[in-house]
Amino acid sequence: MSVVAQAEHKHDLRRTYLTVWFWLFVLSFGLYFVDLMHLPTALATILYTAIALMKAGLIAAYFMHLRFERLNLVYSILFPLILLIALVAAVLPDGLSVLLHRQPFFEGR
Amino acid sequence: MHSETQAAPLEEVLKSDWGGGKSPFGVSWGKLMMWLFILSDAFTFGGLLAGYGALRVTVGKWPDTNEIFAISLGGTKVPLLLIAIMTFILVSSSGWMALAVNAAYQRDRRNTVKYLLLVILFGLTFLSCQAYEWSKLIFHEGVRPWRVPSHPPFNGIVQFGACFFTLTGFHGLHVLSGVIYLSVIAARVAKGVYDRRGSYEAVEIAGLYWHFVDLVWVFIFTFFYLF
Repeated sequence: MSVVAQAEHKHDLRRTYLTVWFWLFVLSFGLYFVDLMHLPTALATILYTAIALMKAGLIAAYFMHLRFERLNLVYSILFPLILLIALVAAVLPDGLSVLLHRQPFFEGR
Repeated sequence: MHSETQAAPLEEVLKSDWGGGKSPFGVSWGKLMMWLFILSDAFTFGGLLAGYGALRVTVGKWPDTNEIFAISLGGTKVPLLLIAIMTFILVSSSGWMALAVNAAYQRDRRNTVKYLLLVILFGLTFLSCQAYEWSKLIFHEGVRPWRVPSHPPFNGIVQFGACFFTLTGFHGLHVLSGVIYLSVIAARVAKGVYDRRGSYEAVEIAGLYWHFVDLVWVFIFTFFYLF
């Protein structure tokens, strides 16, 4: 743990926590608002992903203190998560090809 | 270590951190293990969400979640009202958890227990909302993981039932485990176990788990309920 982090740990972090808490409420409302707006799918997808990642980032950085940890730990946790993109990229095309095979039989629906 | 103004060559840095006799991550083993568990759990939920995405793509048309999870309020149907309330409950519980960890930093036993009890209360409220939602879908709408009604808004899309119960079930199980975990920690704080040990870190580690459960809900809320 760096010297800064240690000093900050002893500090009263209540102000920081309450600020983050406030923004989490704002962003949650933002997500709900995007849903109510009935935006085009592409725009809604971008907004959903961006706001969800912002919320996750706030929780991880401040509530889970990742911002105050050593870079060794931060990188060890964050870099493997890149594989989640590979996971999605691996299975979504499969679903898409199933849809293409099914589509001719969907006429009645 | 951090005072050098000039950047050291990479080999030097690696040697100094990983050469032995040092703590490369700068955290206790308990905290490191919780982080590694969280990383593996992130892949569990990542896999479930990716699978849900793939299944949803195969059917082309998905049931309208706005309609399924709407609640009547004074005659008008408000879309996703219960889910929005559940989200706010979980975000609130995360805030109480942060305050509990903060009180633990100050070694303030009374406030730590107080905030932990609030987290547990909010967690139980969340679970009650989920129990209500599940029983409504199972007993009133007749939705099962393997069968859904053929009328709108479900239109017989069976993948909806499978994804709904798997995703929210896994998450709910995590919330339930968290409530039990935090109850144990709260009891130990109240008994003064951590005062005797001289470290309140157990509260912080439990907090990591609870915040992660909230973090996962962000994605389930966004990609299952809203999307």
